Amino acid sequence: MFQHDIDAINAIREGVRGLCENFDAAYWRQIDEVKGFPEDFVQALTEAGWLAAMIPEEFGGSGLGLSEASVILEEVNRCGGNSGTVHGQMYNMFTLLRHGSDEQKQKFLPKIAAGELRLQSMGVTEPTTGTDTTKIKTTAVRKGDKYVINGQKVWISRIQHSDLMILLARTTPLAEVTRKSEGMSIFLVDLEYAMANGMSVQPIANMVNHETNELFFDNLEIPADCLIGEEGKGFRYILDGLNAERTLIAAECIGDGRWFIEKASAYAREREVFGRPIGQNQGVQFPIAQAHIDVEAADLMRWRACHEYDNGIPAGASANMAKYLAAEASWKAANVCLQTHGGFGFACEYDVERKFRETRLYQVAPISTNLILSYVSEHLLELPRSF
Amino acid sequence: MKVLVAVKRVLDHNVKVRVKSDHSDVDLTNIKMALNPFCEIAVEEAVRLKEAGIATEVVVMSIGPKAVQEQIRTALALGADRGIQIETDTMPESLSVAKLIAKVVEDERPSLIILGKQAIDSDNNQTGQMLAALTGMGQGTFASDVEIQDNEALVTREVDGGLQTVALRLPAIVTSDLRLNEPRYASLPNIMKAKKKPLDVKSAAELGIELRAHTELLKVEPPAERQGGIKVASVEELVDKLKNEAKVI
Repeated sequence: MFQHDIDAINAIREGVRGLCENFDAAYWRQIDEVKGFPEDFVQALTEAGWLAAMIPEEFGGSGLGLSEASVILEEVNRCGGNSGTVHGQMYNMFTLLRHGSDEQKQKFLPKIAAGELRLQSMGVTEPTTGTDTTKIKTTAVRKGDKYVINGQKVWISRIQHSDLMILLARTTPLAEVTRKSEGMSIFLVDLEYAMANGMSVQPIANMVNHETNELFFDNLEIPADCLIGEEGKGFRYILDGLNAERTLIAAECIGDGRWFIEKASAYAREREVFGRPIGQNQGVQFPIAQAHIDVEAADLMRWRACHEYDNGIPAGASANMAKYLAAEASWKAANVCLQTHGGFGFACEYDVERKFRETRLYQVAPISTNLILSYVSEHLLELPRSF
Repeated sequence: MKVLVAVKRVLDHNVKVRVKSDHSDVDLTNIKMALNPFCEIAVEEAVRLKEAGIATEVVVMSIGPKAVQEQIRTALALGADRGIQIETDTMPESLSVAKLIAKVVEDERPSLIILGKQAIDSDNNQTGQMLAALTGMGQGTFASDVEIQDNEALVTREVDGGLQTVALRLPAIVTSDLRLNEPRYASLPNIMKAKKKPLDVKSAAELGIELRAHTELLKVEPPAERQGGIKVASVEELVDKLKNEAKVI
């Protein structure tokens, strides 16, 4: 249905699996236990060029499409790992690539491709304005050849393992713009410099081992050439990258889903109770089969999103629907896997509870399923906007 | 110096093997296939020789149906320069394989030929040795170290009694053991480059080799299922059981 270079896709799957073999379940379990960051894994993935898949060849990447990139993250999760620790490096550069100046691209992209610079974070969300992004209160005020940043951000991931962050701030007050989506700008912020000059970082302990933080800006002065694109158009620039991000997350959920189904099936085949494998009971096998069907169906929507994105066709609807279906399917698979394992599913050494927590996140982040439903209602079905 | 590496497509070492219900062979339907691990080590060694400036070109060859191109591409992604596929309908026996490789050696005139010591599917461990006989070249089998000095290859062999080092005049044949090196992962840029590297396809007939079967596979049996163990209370009991029940000590 959708044309892809199957040989290339298979070679990518094999390549990622080969690398992931060295980072087995015990590795991820141990990282989760100590609430650590998988430094060695990230290093290996970066060195082998996987995170630079979508950076054009002229800047040192492989210039591949979303289809190939999505397979990379899918396989990481399929092998029992957690792409949440690396996907930022893959997609946060879109904004820079599409809207940065030639000088910015020449300066940063080759180093991002080589892994010398990590651009893993995007600072958009604020405590009082979640998805209502146009109401953000963080401001950037031009002062000579600088911008002065004041405000607060929350749920900003991987700050402690990143060198750069894309930051969204208001450059024109909401009251002075004709459209509320105008007057916001994006900046490429050097995090080491920012932390020494007015930005403080407060880590947030959370349900999954995900490094995420609160940021406070107190008169942080950054050079004016940190601005990406034109002043006031930042919101549109951010929206541009979201379809790719959603599709990549959908692929991660597909990977999770397949991991859960395989794990559940293997256990149901082997675990014997009352003299026969528990998987012989339809009450056990049917939910696994249903979850499998859901994952495979969601995968079709993921490929539609990849196909549209890679061929320059508007992919908003399919990217959002793929993220919705895949997150639902992986969650269903997670639940089935836990139920199949019974009490053992709660034991850390089976890895089910860890993956269960990790995949649950994707119903909520980076966009909640409710907001996808709102998007579909409003934009595809022309129903009145509900908020 | 040109290095030729011959590789084999086998079932992936992580796959649990199933025997066909009629016991005629192992069931390979929908089974994940991969580069034979010993062949992967052979490719890695050749690529390292190239990186060290000793080898100038690494050619990788494989024999079998079109699907073996997948493994040739894997080897190209690890760093080999070009590939040769000898197309056959089925996987030939060791002697035919050795004869086909010998033909390629005649055409390519490599200074060093590296093969895996054996393939993990048939475990024959004879192609390298047969090739040495057919070409009249010296052989260093079960290699755990290879050094090239002038016109010689110093090969450290893992033999039963320990390590043995032999000096072979080039051109020579080396078969790799497990500890020769640890193969790298293919990087994404190299996987992409591998797609563009040249891959020649030749038929066995073109090389003038008639494929003949010298053996017949009668039946395949899965290994006996492991029986559950028992717990012993003391070392004395363990020793007693090993001596009197299992009769192994």
